[in-house]
Amino acid sequence: MKKLIAVLALAMVPFAGMAAGGGGVPLQQANIDLNNHAAIQRGAKLFVNQCMGCHSAKYVRYKLFTNVGLTEDDIKDNLMFAGGKTGDLMKIAMPEEDAGKWFGAPAPDLTLTARIRHGGPDWIYTYLKGFYVDPSRPMGVNNTLFPNVGMPHVLWDMQGIQEPVYRYEVHHDGHSVAAFDTEAAADAYVKEQGEGYRLERVVASLKMAQQGSLTSAEYDQVARDLATFLTYISEPMKLERQRMGVWVILFLTVFTVVAYLMKKEWWKDVH
Amino acid sequence: MSFMNWIDERFPATKVWNEHLAQYYAPKNFNFWYFFGSLAMMVLVLQIVTGVWLAMMYKPSATEAFASVEYIMRDVDYGWLLRYLHSTGASAFFLVVYLHMFRGLIYGSHRRPRELLWIIGVVIYVAMMATAFMGYLLPWGQMSYWGAQVIVNLFAAFPFGIGEPLSIWIRGDYVISDATLNRFFALHFLLPFVLAALVFVHIVALHKVGSNNPDGIEIKQNKDENGIPKDGIAFHPYYTVKDVVGIGVFLIFFSAVVFFMPDFGGLFLEPPNFEPANPLKTPEHIAPVWYFTPYYAMLRAIPPMLNSQFPGVVVMFAAIIVFFFLPWLDRSPVKSIRYKGPIFKTAVAIFVVTFVMLAWLGMQASTPAKTVLAQIFTALYFAFFLLMPFYSKMDKTKPVPERVTK
Repeated sequence: MKKLIAVLALAMVPFAGMAAGGGGVPLQQANIDLNNHAAIQRGAKLFVNQCMGCHSAKYVRYKLFTNVGLTEDDIKDNLMFAGGKTGDLMKIAMPEEDAGKWFGAPAPDLTLTARIRHGGPDWIYTYLKGFYVDPSRPMGVNNTLFPNVGMPHVLWDMQGIQEPVYRYEVHHDGHSVAAFDTEAAADAYVKEQGEGYRLERVVASLKMAQQGSLTSAEYDQVARDLATFLTYISEPMKLERQRMGVWVILFLTVFTVVAYLMKKEWWKDVH
Repeated sequence: MSFMNWIDERFPATKVWNEHLAQYYAPKNFNFWYFFGSLAMMVLVLQIVTGVWLAMMYKPSATEAFASVEYIMRDVDYGWLLRYLHSTGASAFFLVVYLHMFRGLIYGSHRRPRELLWIIGVVIYVAMMATAFMGYLLPWGQMSYWGAQVIVNLFAAFPFGIGEPLSIWIRGDYVISDATLNRFFALHFLLPFVLAALVFVHIVALHKVGSNNPDGIEIKQNKDENGIPKDGIAFHPYYTVKDVVGIGVFLIFFSAVVFFMPDFGGLFLEPPNFEPANPLKTPEHIAPVWYFTPYYAMLRAIPPMLNSQFPGVVVMFAAIIVFFFLPWLDRSPVKSIRYKGPIFKTAVAIFVVTFVMLAWLGMQASTPAKTVLAQIFTALYFAFFLLMPFYSKMDKTKPVPERVTK
């Protein structure tokens, strides 16, 4: 019977993958660790300093961080600049309506980003590393993972400025049929092929044009800390539920074994 | 037992206990498939209990609903556990009910004299779908909102000018709004008790006709000198003790989901639903939760006719209504698949593949190829039912034994 249930459960696994779907850009591994309280603390500090000008985390109370090794005083001194109580929610002063006018759309609340975005922490990590110079955009930057995003590259002084390295793809019938490093070569190919072929410029990679105040490795750590923090606040009870789950399943296993022995005993006289 | 005498003179406690448990004789050859009835009942109780507690903290208001769910998840002691039990319970409920219905289908539990028992069961299934649909709006996430929008708009497809007023009557507004959320919450709280009442009626009907079994044999036709079926055993203690084992095994798998993968890869809790409902932003891909997707696939498979979605809506509802007629569609001289021939077995196998494929297609963004696939499987789905009177009659059958087998 257990086997049958296992088979049924396994049969559903492919659907889980397919339902999630995903975009074209491969995600980079953030390799976060929710047990790393120092990373969550650093992420919290980065978040309140760098992100909370525009983004709220309005379902989270500051007090939450007493669970990752901070005292109430630590929280008041390092994370709360406008005073208030540690039981307050992490709201922002910017009214949504104004934000909508200023940026085209209000900056989304980030409490649940790690659960909304496919890939969770990896998405956040890749996104934070994906900004590059694009003069055609209102904020002067674009993002590989989130094309035409309205957000400026807030962390540019840390990371520095990245420039895109383009690849020129030739498309025919909705498929990419050839790729070139220079526009001229691709253009020549399109002309040679004739009708139905068109050129598309894609960002192949990013190169650092001007290093920021941090090294690449240090900036990766910043992105990882923020990914860890955002994953933590998206489901603060995640580790607690897993710990509890182990005990629940252990209890149920013992319970089921006892129940099975009892059933066997009662059923002895049924033939 | 003078105390029991005192009670029994005023209330038939012992009589009910005996008639429905201690001296209710069930066939002794129940197999794996017979766990799902008691499991469904247990999940219903779980849903009612967790649901009532969630309702103590939840706020059915368009401005507060989403935040109140996060409040439950974060600030209420073990609120996350209540919420995950309830969200996982919804999927588990459908899973066990689908398996329970499949059991009835393969062993002919819908056949005479159990037609009414089956019909009550289908009514329970429909009530469950209504309950789940309304409950899914309550978290007020993007999928909640747009899923409800799509489904309520189906009613607007009704012709003769009644569609539009009907859909407005359901929503209480021109779009899904606070008014809709309020009434869905009220009905989502009420319907589980209706379900519980229907389950009671389902069991009353079951105990009138007696349980079917994997052999499809009427055990009441073979009684001993005391009037007890020779192949029957008392429900209590034999099946109570056995069902407890089933509940234990089920809860192990259930807990694995609740504690280790509560969103089940986006299948039980869809990622876009962690974003608050936004009436101005349509998600790129709207899909209902997995247990509705077979019907959703059929809805999308039917092209609009005369500028109306109505044919698709008719097909979708027909796919559910056809279950009511199952007792009269099966014309085989035997009940159980064990004694049916290759045609019926093949038909059931095709039906299982069809149902799973439709469920999968209903989750996908539609493409021309997938629409054609959905059309083929929709045809197969209806063919299974509508051709049953013919293929079940012409199929070869094996002789049914006198007494139940192992």
